[in-house]
Amino acid sequence: MIAIEHLTKRYGTQLAVSDVSFECAPGTVTGFLGPNGAGKSTTLRSLCGLATPTSGAATVAGRAYRDLPNAGRHVGVLLDAGAQHAGRTGRESLVLSAMVLGVGRSRVDEVLELVGLAGSPAGKRVGKYSLGMRQRLGLATALLGDPQVLVLDEPANGLDPEGIFWMRGLLRGFADRGGTVLLSSHLLHEVEAVADQLVVIAGGRIVAQGSKAELLTTRGTVVRAADPTALEQALAAAGIPATAGRSGALIADAEPEAVGRVAAAAAVVLVELRPADGGGLEELFRSLTGSTDTPPAGTAPAAHQVQEARA
Amino acid sequence: MSSTVLTPADDRSRFQQSPSAPSLLQLVRVELRKSADTRAGRWLLVAIAAAALLVVGLQLFFDDGVDGSFAYFFTASQFPVGLLLPVLGILLVTSEWSQRTAMTTFALVPRRSQVLTAKVLAATVLAVLGVLAAAAVSALATALTPVVTDLEAGWELSGAQLAQVLLVQIVYVLVGVAFGMLLLSSPLAIVLYFLLPTVFTILVSTVGALDWVQNWLDLSMTTIPMYEGQLDGQGWAQVGTSVALWLLLPLVVGWLRIQRAEIA
Repeated sequence: MIAIEHLTKRYGTQLAVSDVSFECAPGTVTGFLGPNGAGKSTTLRSLCGLATPTSGAATVAGRAYRDLPNAGRHVGVLLDAGAQHAGRTGRESLVLSAMVLGVGRSRVDEVLELVGLAGSPAGKRVGKYSLGMRQRLGLATALLGDPQVLVLDEPANGLDPEGIFWMRGLLRGFADRGGTVLLSSHLLHEVEAVADQLVVIAGGRIVAQGSKAELLTTRGTVVRAADPTALEQALAAAGIPATAGRSGALIADAEPEAVGRVAAAAAVVLVELRPADGGGLEELFRSLTGSTDTPPAGTAPAAHQVQEARA
Repeated sequence: MSSTVLTPADDRSRFQQSPSAPSLLQLVRVELRKSADTRAGRWLLVAIAAAALLVVGLQLFFDDGVDGSFAYFFTASQFPVGLLLPVLGILLVTSEWSQRTAMTTFALVPRRSQVLTAKVLAATVLAVLGVLAAAAVSALATALTPVVTDLEAGWELSGAQLAQVLLVQIVYVLVGVAFGMLLLSSPLAIVLYFLLPTVFTILVSTVGALDWVQNWLDLSMTTIPMYEGQLDGQGWAQVGTSVALWLLLPLVVGWLRIQRAEIA
């Protein structure tokens, strides 16, 4: 059980996190989404006692992290896979943590097995690890104390697709056994497969929050016509609200069949007609992450339109 | 919203019968292990032992002033230990930042003063081990004295010398820890640890009017009598004031900063 309540963190004049509140219930996976620099890591560091919030609070099972007697036995933390001593072997890093947690060496072997680093990788120095192996080692450290809560910052970074699939299974299993998982990512598709709840943050503020079902349900219809203006007029005449989508498409607030009938009645030739992608979250996310994931709207599609017009 | 309502019973009960915090002794063991489980740490320990061996070896074969006494070798073998052990003290703190393991360390033990206390105690243990290593090397040299020279071995060591040597080595390794805490960077702390006191000594010894500064604040001067166990009344006071400047001041400032800083 994690509760973030009105968390605000200010660095000088810069507001890194502003009035962020959300909760993560046992048995669920919460995806904490946002572009780089949105305040995800600052929020997670505040939760784990590594940063002191300017105001507000973050608690685990009703207690501040710093008041947990043996923090690692309650909360497994992976905030940065790169933050490991390059000169130690993977096993040695875990042995040090195991000594602090008060768990036996057999537990070290268990988690090494669990994350797929058992055998010769465990004896290699961390400096020789790939980023993916470091993520696995970080996850092993987080799981070492058999915690009820996992807090993971960008755990999929550096993992190959197979590794991401494996991690999803691991986190799902952890939550299904009653654990609480909070993981951050700057990529929607990385977490949407495993998360039950999504919290989207941008510029230090929460911009969307809710269950995955709420945020990703299909709503509206994507429709594209050979003559967009005619379609727009036909929809307006039929009383169906529509907004501009990408590549000259319209997002109409109606079922595809209704939109198709309107177009047929007005003799508008359609080139595309389908249910819209999830609830605008994807669109929202694209607009937040800007040009990193997709080409900026208006440039490439516009050129495409010109060619279409010539043809 | 109350978390009590939303937290299932089993979750809450697990928290209540929570495992106890790691003891300070356990944290000291962890810190000691950290100082020796990397190549840098291991080689530094090997270098300290090798340098102590080299010093007494040179004395045994080439020093005309050698008198074959354990106390003589014991004094000399302290210098390599006192020179290199503080570097281990520095790295005990700074490697957490340069290798960024501080995130894991303080996530596991959020009460940071616990970790810092453990580091201070671990450094103290290292100083004692360093003195023991020097003693072993000195004993070897003393035992060899009748074999390689025509002198007799003398095994006397005063309690005062043992105590003061232990103390001075602990002070120096803790100065290293304090520099590490203040600067949080391995290269910066190591360079300044060696450079600052030297510059300080040169400055105060060239300017005649600063004699009192040298007598009261130059740690390398005030601790000289300690290697032979000859510190007197005023000497203790002078060691006290110089320790306050070189050890306590950076330790306190660094400690407070680490407690408040964001670990990232």
